[in-house]
Amino acid sequence: MPIFIDRRLNPKDKSLANRQRFLRRVREELKHTIREQIRTGKISDVDSEHVVSMPVRKTAEPHFESDSESGRRQHVLPGNKEFASGDRIEKPSQGGSGGGSAPGQQPTEDDFRFALSREEVLDLFFEDLELPDMVKLNLKEILAYKPRRAGFAATGSPTNINIGRTMRNSHARRIALRRPKQEQLDAIAREIASLEAGTQSQAAIERIKALREELERLERRRRLIAYVDPVDIRFNRFEARPVPNANAVMFCLMDVSGSMGEREKDMAKRFFVLLHLFLKRRYDRTDIVFIRHTHEAQEVDEETFFYSTQSGGTIVSTALEEMQRVIEERYPSNEWNIYAAQASDGDNSASDSERCISLLDQVIMPLCQYFAYVEIIDARERHIFGATDNGTSLWRAYSDVEAKWANFQMRRIAKPADIYPVFRELFTRQPAAQKSD
Amino acid sequence: MPARTSRSRLLFSGSDWDFKTLSRMHDAIKAISDEELQLDIYPVQMEIISSEQMLDAYSSVGMPLMYQHWSFGKHFLYQELLYRKGGRGLAYELVINSNPCIVYMMEENTAALQALVMAHAAFGHNHFFKNNYVFRQWTDAGSILGYLDFAKTYIARCEERHGVAAVEAVLDAAHALMDQGVFRYRRPPKLSTEKQRQGLRDRLEYEERSYNDLWRTLPRRKGEEETGEADRVAERKKSLNLPEENLLYFLEKHSLILEPWQREILRIVRVIAQYFYPQRQTKMMNEGCATFVHYIIMNALYDRGLISEGAMLEILRNHSNVVMQPSFDDPRFSGINPYALGFDMMQDIQRISTEPTAEDRDWFPEIAGNGNWREVLLDAWANHRDESFIRQYLSPTLIRKWRFFALDDKADEPFYEVASIHDERGYKKIRAALARSYDVGANGLDIQVVDVDLLGSRHLRLEHKVHDGILLEESGRDATLRHIRTLWGYDVTLVGVDSQTGAAIYERSTSQIGE
Repeated sequence: MPIFIDRRLNPKDKSLANRQRFLRRVREELKHTIREQIRTGKISDVDSEHVVSMPVRKTAEPHFESDSESGRRQHVLPGNKEFASGDRIEKPSQGGSGGGSAPGQQPTEDDFRFALSREEVLDLFFEDLELPDMVKLNLKEILAYKPRRAGFAATGSPTNINIGRTMRNSHARRIALRRPKQEQLDAIAREIASLEAGTQSQAAIERIKALREELERLERRRRLIAYVDPVDIRFNRFEARPVPNANAVMFCLMDVSGSMGEREKDMAKRFFVLLHLFLKRRYDRTDIVFIRHTHEAQEVDEETFFYSTQSGGTIVSTALEEMQRVIEERYPSNEWNIYAAQASDGDNSASDSERCISLLDQVIMPLCQYFAYVEIIDARERHIFGATDNGTSLWRAYSDVEAKWANFQMRRIAKPADIYPVFRELFTRQPAAQKSD
Repeated sequence: MPARTSRSRLLFSGSDWDFKTLSRMHDAIKAISDEELQLDIYPVQMEIISSEQMLDAYSSVGMPLMYQHWSFGKHFLYQELLYRKGGRGLAYELVINSNPCIVYMMEENTAALQALVMAHAAFGHNHFFKNNYVFRQWTDAGSILGYLDFAKTYIARCEERHGVAAVEAVLDAAHALMDQGVFRYRRPPKLSTEKQRQGLRDRLEYEERSYNDLWRTLPRRKGEEETGEADRVAERKKSLNLPEENLLYFLEKHSLILEPWQREILRIVRVIAQYFYPQRQTKMMNEGCATFVHYIIMNALYDRGLISEGAMLEILRNHSNVVMQPSFDDPRFSGINPYALGFDMMQDIQRISTEPTAEDRDWFPEIAGNGNWREVLLDAWANHRDESFIRQYLSPTLIRKWRFFALDDKADEPFYEVASIHDERGYKKIRAALARSYDVGANGLDIQVVDVDLLGSRHLRLEHKVHDGILLEESGRDATLRHIRTLWGYDVTLVGVDSQTGAAIYERSTSQIGE
C-alpha cells in the first residue's frame, strides 16, 4: 500500500529566502542598474516593475570546465541525411561550439534578465534615504486630532450624559438605599382611603393614624433619596487621539519663461519625479500641484506644465503667491504635509528676489515641511559657481533663506547625472547635531 | 468484451482524480509490474504538490530539503522566468532516490497523467534506483533524507554562530569544486586513526630495532642528494595518499587553515556531490528504464480494459512528446534526448530477443531470439551504466534508425570531418564513440592533487591531465583556483600536463591571479 501525502497546503515560497539572499548579494550591482535605468529611461516608467539583467559580478558560479575552443573531440549526432564518411562540413562562423549542435536560443543561466517587483526597485532606489530631520519633522508636523470614546467620566458637559449608564447607577443606588417604591405608597393610600370610607371604629382610627405616619415617613424618605442623584450621572468621556497625517501635497514650481529650454525642463522634471516617488512611498496620499510661472503664475495640469510653452518675463514671486493661494484654498496645513520643489535657471530681478525672501520667510516656510530649490545651470557655469556663494540673483536671495530655515535646501545641477546625487544629498539623514536647533 | 463491463472496470473516467483513484491506480499498476516485469522496488511515498512547490524543488537541486544558499535563489529566478514566459513546462513529477522512494506529483496533472507519472517514477525510476549497481555501490537511499536534514540544520547553526557571510564564503568555494568532489573509482581509504597510529608505531619500532650507526659512516655517492630528495617527496606523497582526485576530500582532511565547522561544510557538499554522481553516470539508462516501464504498464492497463481509449490517447501523446528526438539540424535540437535513446534501446533489446534478424544473431548471439527480454533488461538495468550499456547493446538496426554519424572536431580546423556514418564500417566506431561520450569518468576533467610540502612552503600543486589537447576555460579556471586558495590558505598551482607525452602545457598559479 503506497503512502499518499498531500503537500499542497504546505508553505510555498520555500525558495524565498534563497531569492532574498541572492538579491542581497547583488544589491550593489542592482542598485547601480536601477539608478542607471531611472536616470536614462523614460520618467513614466520609473514607478513600475523593472527588468534587470543578471549581474555578473559575485553571481558567477565558476568551476573547472573544458574550453570548447581547444583540442580534438568526436561528436555523435542523430539524423544524418546526406553525409558520407570523409565529408567536410564548414563550422558555423560564430565560434562553432558543440560541433554542429546549434546552440539553443535560450539564455544561459549566467545571462538572463529577471523582473524586480516595484517594492524591490524602490527599496534599492531609496535605500538610506529618509526625510531630512525626521525627528524634528515629526515634532513639528501638525497632527490632526480625532476624538475617540474612552470610557466614562463623572464630570462633563450635559450634552455628553450617558443616560443608560446614569440610570443604571441610579437604579443600583435606589435599591441599595431602599428607596420606597410608588406602589408601596399607593397601597398605603388605598388602605387609608378604604378605612376612612368604612366604619370609624377606634381600631380603624388607630390604624389610619399609624398608616398616615408610615406614609409620611416613606414620602420623606422618597424625597431624601432622589430618583436621580448627581452622583449617578456619568458622562461619555472622549479622548483626543492624534491621527498621523498621511496626506502630502507636493508643489512643483517651475520657471517656464524663454530662458528655460528643453534641457532645463527635462532636468526639472526628473527632479520632480524623484521627489514624487519619494513622497508616494512615505504617505498614503500624495497630491501634486503644478505651478508654472513667467511674469505671472498659474496652476496647470502636468501636461501643460511640462510641454506647453509660454513667453514672458520672469517674476518668481508670482509663483510663490500662487502657491500660497492654493494652500489657503485647498490644503490647510494642519491636514497636509506640504512639500515644495522649485526649479529655475535663477533669472530674476533683484527687487522681486527681495519679495521672494519675505514671502518665503513669513508665509511659506512656516507652512512647509520642506522646500527644495534646484537651480539648473550650464555645465560651464558649474565650474564657476561650483563652490561659491556667488550666483544668480535668485540663488543669492535664497541663500539668505537657507541660512535661516533648516528645512530649506538648495542645490545646483548641470547635467542629468547630477540629479540623483543632488536628490540624495537633499534627502540624506542630517547629522544629529543639526536636529537640535 | 461488452462495453458495459469494460466501463465498470475503468480505474477512472474523465480527467479528475482523488486519493481513492490514485490508490486504485497504484494497485493496478503494482499488479502489472509484478506479473509482467517483476520489478523490485522500494516502498513508495507519493506526494502531491503545486506548481510553485515544483519550482521550489527545481531550484534546490530537486531535493525536498536543502540548506540555504544564494545560488539556489539564482536558479529559482531562472526557472521561474522560463516557466512564467511559457518557455518551459514543469516536469510532471520528480523522484528522489531514497528509501522510501519519494515521488512528487503535480496537482495539475490529469488522472491519465498521474497514472503515467506513477508508472514512470514510482515504478520505473524506483526499480532502477534500487537495483542498479552504481546506486547500490555509491548511495545510501535509506539515509539521504536524514543526512540532508542534518546538513540543513548544521549549516543554519553555523550561520547563526559564524555569520552568513563566513558560511557563504566556504559554500561558494566548495560549490566551485563540486565536480572535483567525488570519488570516481574508489571509496575513500578507511584507515581508522587507531590503526594508523598502530602502523606508525610498528614502523618506528622496527627502525629502532634495526638501527645501526654504521650506516651513517658510509661515504656518500654522487647523486645521493637528489635521490634523497626524491625519496622524501615520494614519502610525503605517500603519507598524504597523493595523488588525490577528490579535491574537496583532500582540502577537508589536510587544509591547515580550516576550522572544524568549515571542514564539516566541505564534507556536506562532498557527500551531496557524491550522492548525485551515479545519476550523472546513468541518466540515459535511468530515464530509458522509466520510460520503457511506463510504456509497458500503460499498454497493459489499456489491454486489460482498465483505462479508456481517451486516457490512452492522452498518455500516448505525452509519451511521444517525451521520446521526441529532433535531428541535429533541427532548431529544436539540443543534444541526444536520454528518454528517446534509452527507450529505443530497451525496445530494441525486446525486439532482438523476440524477433531477431540475421544481423542481430551475428551481433548479439547471447540474447538474440532467446525470447526472454525481461531478464535481459532486468540484468542490464542492474549491471550497467550508460557507457557500458551502449557499448554492449546499441545495435546496427538502431544506428540506422537514428541515422547516427560521428563528426571529428579539431579546434584548429575550420571544418568538421564526418568520421563514420551508419554503414558496415561505421557501426562499431559510432557505437564506441557514442559510448565514450556517455562516459562521465573519462569525460570529466582529470584534475588531481599531486604534491604539497606541509612542512615547507605549503604550496599546493594540482595537475590537470590534458586529454586530446582540451584545455580549461580560463576565467572559470582562475576563479576556481582562487576558491581553492581560499580553502587551502596558501598558494595553489595548477599544471596542465599532456596525458600522452607528459609534457607540461601550461602552468597557472594563484600568485599570478589578482584578487
